[in-house]
Order: sequence, then C-alpha cells, then structure tokens
Amino acid sequence: MTTNNPLSEDQQLETADLKDFRNGVVDWIKHNTPADPGFLLPQTFMEVGSEQVLDFLREWQYKVWSSGYLGMAWPKEYGGGGMPRIFQQIADEEMKRARVPICFNIIGLGWAGPLIIDTGTDFEKETYLKGILTGEDIWCQGFSEPNHGSDLGSIQTRAERDGDEYIINGSKIWTTMGNYAKYMILLARTDPQAERRYNGLSFFLAPMGTEGITTSPIQKLTGDYGFTETFFTDARIPARCLMGEEGHGWRIAMQTLQYERGAEAGAAGGVSILATVMDDLLRIADDVQRDGQPLMKDPVTRDNLVKFLIEEQALYLAEKRVKIPALCADYPNSLALSTKLRGTEFFRRMRQYALTLQGASSALYVGDEDAVEGGFWQRAYMNNFSTTIGGGTSQIQANIIGEHVLGLPKD
Amino acid sequence: MTRSANLSIAFSEEQAMILDSAQAFCRDKSDGNAVRSLLKSETGFNQDVWDEMVALGWTGLTIPEQFGGFAMGIGATVPLVESMGRHMLCTPYISATIAAQAIVRGGSESQQSKWLPAMVEGTIGTLALLDNEDWGATSTSCELTTKDDQLELKGKKLLVHDALVSDFFLVLAKYEGTEVLVIVESSQLADNAIDSKTLVDETKRAANVDFTGVTIQSDAVLPSGEAALADLRLIGALLIASEATGSAAAALDTVVDYLTTRKQFGRLIGSYQSLKHPTVEMLIQMDSARTFIYHAATLIGDGKLDKDTEIACRMAKAQAADALSFAGDRAVQFHGGMGFTYDCDAMLYIRRAQWTQQQYGDPQHHRKLLAPLLLD
Repeated sequence: MTTNNPLSEDQQLETADLKDFRNGVVDWIKHNTPADPGFLLPQTFMEVGSEQVLDFLREWQYKVWSSGYLGMAWPKEYGGGGMPRIFQQIADEEMKRARVPICFNIIGLGWAGPLIIDTGTDFEKETYLKGILTGEDIWCQGFSEPNHGSDLGSIQTRAERDGDEYIINGSKIWTTMGNYAKYMILLARTDPQAERRYNGLSFFLAPMGTEGITTSPIQKLTGDYGFTETFFTDARIPARCLMGEEGHGWRIAMQTLQYERGAEAGAAGGVSILATVMDDLLRIADDVQRDGQPLMKDPVTRDNLVKFLIEEQALYLAEKRVKIPALCADYPNSLALSTKLRGTEFFRRMRQYALTLQGASSALYVGDEDAVEGGFWQRAYMNNFSTTIGGGTSQIQANIIGEHVLGLPKD
Repeated sequence: MTRSANLSIAFSEEQAMILDSAQAFCRDKSDGNAVRSLLKSETGFNQDVWDEMVALGWTGLTIPEQFGGFAMGIGATVPLVESMGRHMLCTPYISATIAAQAIVRGGSESQQSKWLPAMVEGTIGTLALLDNEDWGATSTSCELTTKDDQLELKGKKLLVHDALVSDFFLVLAKYEGTEVLVIVESSQLADNAIDSKTLVDETKRAANVDFTGVTIQSDAVLPSGEAALADLRLIGALLIASEATGSAAAALDTVVDYLTTRKQFGRLIGSYQSLKHPTVEMLIQMDSARTFIYHAATLIGDGKLDKDTEIACRMAKAQAADALSFAGDRAVQFHGGMGFTYDCDAMLYIRRAQWTQQQYGDPQHHRKLLAPLLLD
C-alpha cells in the first residue's frame, strides 16, 4: 500500500537545474567558509556580545549576500536576487548542513525586510532593504517592555504625534544588538484611550541614532552581552517612520511574526540558528572515555540517549502529521500550538544532559583550555533559556495550550 | 540529523474512511455503560458487536484478496484499533489480526487457504508466545518432539490473549533446535487446558494455556513461522500502541471534562495551573504517540519489515505505553476522592495502562532494542 522511499517529496521533485544549483552551493561553501575565528561562534543572533564577534559576522553576511546566496527571492531592484524561493531554500539547507556561521541581521532579514517588501512604501523599500541584506544596517526589535514580558497588549511606551514628528517616551527591554542597531521596529502606544488595548498600538521603523534614544547593555547569565535595555526620553522621530496606519500596530506586529519561519515565509534566508542536534550529543558520548571505553558503551547512557532520540524523532514527525487534518481532528491546534513548548524544552534538557556526559569536566567554562568543545555546551545550555523564556515562557505556552486547545478555564 | 532515513507520514482516503466509520461505530457501540457491563463477563466482548465488525469487513482488512480480504495492510488497522482504544471497545480484534498476519507471512498455501477465508468471516486466532513473564526472551522452553509418526507439544503458555474465544492458537515451540509456530485448534486442547487469569485490566481477557500432550501433524507447522516471528512481535507492538494511544486520548478527555465542570474553592479546578499544566503534558505525550503510530502505519508493508519500520514500531510502543501510564495515573489523581472509587472511569485507564505497558514488551525493552539501531 505504501512504498519506502528514502527521499523527501521535495527532493523527489528536484529537477536537474536545481540539483546543479545545489552542487554549486556546496562547492561555494567548501571554498568560502571562514576559518575558525578563535572564539566560540554564536549559535543565535542573541549572542553578538562584542565588536569582534560583530565584525566577523558582518563580514560573513556580506560575503553570503555578495555571492548571491542571501535575499535570493527578494526584489532585484532593492538588492535581492529576484529568483524563486526554492533557490534560497536549497542554499539555506546546504548552509545549515555545513554548519556555516549565522547571518546575524535577523530582525532585518526575517522580520522587518519581508514586512517592508509586502506592505512598505517605495520610499521604505528604497531606504531600508539593501542595508538589511549587506549587513550595513543592523535592525533590532522593540516589542517587550520591562515588567510586561510576553504580554504585548500591556505596552506602555508612548508615541505622541506632534506636527511632522512622533515624540517617544518609555523603555524597551531585551533589545537584541540594541547598541549596534541603526533601526528598530518599535511597537508603541499612540492611543491610550482606545477601547481595546491592542487597538491603541502603532508600528514604527525608528532610527536608533535619534537624540533621546539610549541603550544600556544587559549582561546575560552566561557572562556575555547581546541585549540592551533601550530608553526613550522625548525622542522625536519623523512621522514618516510610522508603518501603515496609526492603531494598526498590533496587526502589523502579528504579521511580522509570521515571516520568522524562513525563506518559505518570506525571510531573506541564510542560517539563522546554529542548531545543536542529537548527533552533537552522540559525538560527546563517543569521544568521552569511561573505564577505558567510550561512554557510548554504557547501558544507562545508551538508554538516556535513546529517550532523547525518540523525543527528537517525535518533533520531526509532528511536522508531517500536522499537515494531515484527519489525524488532528480531536484537538486541531494541538501540534501547532505546542511546537515551541516541545522543541525548546527538549533542547534545554538535551543540552543539560550534554553537561552530565562530561563528568568532572562539566565544571569548566568557556575560556578554559580544557573545557569540552571549548565550553560550547555550558554556554548553549544557559543560552537555551532565551527560547524557553522569550516569546512567551514555557509556562505561558502551557496555559495557552490548556486554554485554547483543551478548553480549560483561565486562572 | 535523525537515524531514520524515512520520516514520512501518509494517510490515504481509505484510511480516512476507516477512521471515520470506526470512530462512529466505537462511539455508538461502546459507551460507558456498555464498557462496564462487560467487565465481569466471561468473554469480555459483545458477540453482536463482533459480528457487525466482521460484516463491515474489518476482519479482512489485512488479508490478501484471493482469500476474500481487502489487502490493505496493517496500516489500515491502525485507525480502527486507535478508535477501539479511544472508546475502550474490546473484542478479539488485535489477537485475530496478529494471528492472521502470522498465517499471511509465515503460513503455507494450504494453511492460508484453510484459515484466511475463515478469518475474514470471523474465525479467531491468537498467538501463544510467552513461557514466562519475559517479553524479551529469545528462546522458548515449549518443545515439539516427534512421537510415532506425529508431533507432540510439551509446555504451557502464559497470558495468551483471548484464549477462551479463540478457534485456534499459533504456538511458539522449539523443534529440532529451531523456533517454530504451530497451529493448534481449540478442539485439540485437553479439558481444563485453559486457565483464565484475573487481569488488572478488566476489559481484557487472557489465560494460561497448557499445550502439553497435544499432538499435531507436520502440516500444522508454519513453514516460515520463525522468519515471521520478529515481524509479528513488531506488529503486535504497533497494534497495542495504537490502542493505547486511543485510551490515552480517552483518559485525557475524561480529565478535561472533570477539570471544566468540577469546582473547588469557588473556581473550576481546570483554572489551577498545577492541574492545567500536567494535563497539557498528557496531550503532548498522547500527540507524540499518535505521531509515531501513523508514521509506523505509513512505513509498514506486506514484506519483511525494514529497519526504519522496526524503529517506528518500537518508538510507537515505547511512547504510547508511557503516554498512557502518565495519563491514567494523573487521571486518578486529578479526580481526587472520586478518582479513588471504582465508579470513576479513571479506574479503566489506569488499569488499561498497566496491561498495555507489558504487552509485546515494555518501553524499556523497546529502548534496549532501539539502542543498537540508533547508536551503533
């Protein structure tokens, strides 16, 4: 009834032209991947904590773009390649596979850029798109605020119209690369009297160089930097920085979040996350010796690894089942709404286990010459909390699933 | 990356139709009263319901067309068995399906033409595998020896599913150094050979069966029984996993129903995060189990099961058994004092969980066998 075909549907459909293109990408990667910079590469754009890291990533992104492998599906007149999305998807697949460094200007490449292409004015396209691709103009995001966490409906930062300007007052937190960014996508309250609190919000493309905007770096639990708190004190930005119409901020912000999912959804492409996968964990179990043999031979370790592999496989397979409505009929949004919770919590526990496997060496940290893989896992485990906390904590996710999928009552 | 080359899930129109009609059928035939009315019965199932399932053609789903079946493969039974689990509808369907597969995969032409058309019509067979409590046993102490010009069995089998209502048994025995499956008809058993056991899951039926002294002709030996055995164990694991996934969803439904109607301290108890969050965990675990059973249903074919299919079946069983154990356990706890009573349906699920856990190997057994497939 069914056949065992090891190729995915996409791969089966791949034409000779696409295969040639793929081979070209592989070849390019082989000759252009930068040498080890002598520091641990960031896994995400939330780890750009020094000029040294920034310069390295900026140079790399420029190289990817100037070689034609970034923004391939974006319009040609604004620095893109004007090609079908499938080419970017293939380039991304191969770059991901080769574990090349990330394209770091994520808020521009994955959020602001696609939004401007879809809904922006000619002026906005002309002004912003190319700098996003080249990495010259770094973008940051100003949604979250101190004391409100994931509850965007409670945003307090004010934007008051004054002639040809808006006057911004308030503060934002968890601004990634806030100290390096040229522009911010900013969600601020233009109408505090709006009947529904979401309707009082507006969306701005704000220049970070504006007088009255200051940033203060936040040191993360890893000891590194990467975020700032951003303060607005009577900061006057031109009225043309308003995106869309006043009061449409919430809707535009939600639309922006849809682009995150990669080239398929409109993002410029490039590797956005240097993922840790089970193979990385298995490599430690192979490398570490206990009693004269690899830890991989230890039955308890093996059982734990198999448990993780089952969970990983379930995550991959859920992406397939979610496309078959008949198999999701009883709790229709269950898989979609639980993806973040399942995925981020899996990686948290998996990275934590990687430390367990290191024995006494797990006490070492980044910077110690004896640290396993340069302390990569120590840092990766702690950085993983950005995913189980950011974008709605796991606990909030569980509330959402409980209430929206299972129909359980709110607190 | 992942260790399975094939990570697909497909669901055909035919499977969707089976799922639809199975859900409606099971809901209709197996409400709470129907389930409870059968708990103390001798056979554990309603003969009329079984006859209807036969009439619907479900007993022929996996049987080749030349024997009157529909040749749709094991993948077609997964939505049906999941629905049975969802409504705690018990019949000998799982036993009969595995037994039919034994004959399809390991039987001779004459065995197939004798038994398969009868099985389409509702004849029930069951596997008799265990000599002791160990699903991981790699040999059997049940012996088949030549006596005069006949073969004689010696040994007792444990916890044979649906033994009392089975028309024939497929008995795992050792014959001249190799493992064989032999067909024993119920009429060949000695009086009192079937010793029905008191089971933790009162919706299920199983018995110890003593085959000592039963004589058979050589044509009762399945010619490829040994080769089929590994696949039969995996098919068994998948069907038990499918049923368990349905039961885990049923436990979840029951909990959600209680959490959205029961009030304490002036609030619906589902508003408390200490109950809400573990209930979401039940959903997530059930979802993973369902993902695995339909992945396995996609891969499983009529031929010898390959490595990816083995991985899928074992992951399905490991995940589904754990999902149901968690769901049954929390279902009792979350019903509070009610949960401690026999009247509360949580009792059905926690008992089903304990049955499911062991059948065709517990999660640890499957993880142990997954380790070399995934790690070496």
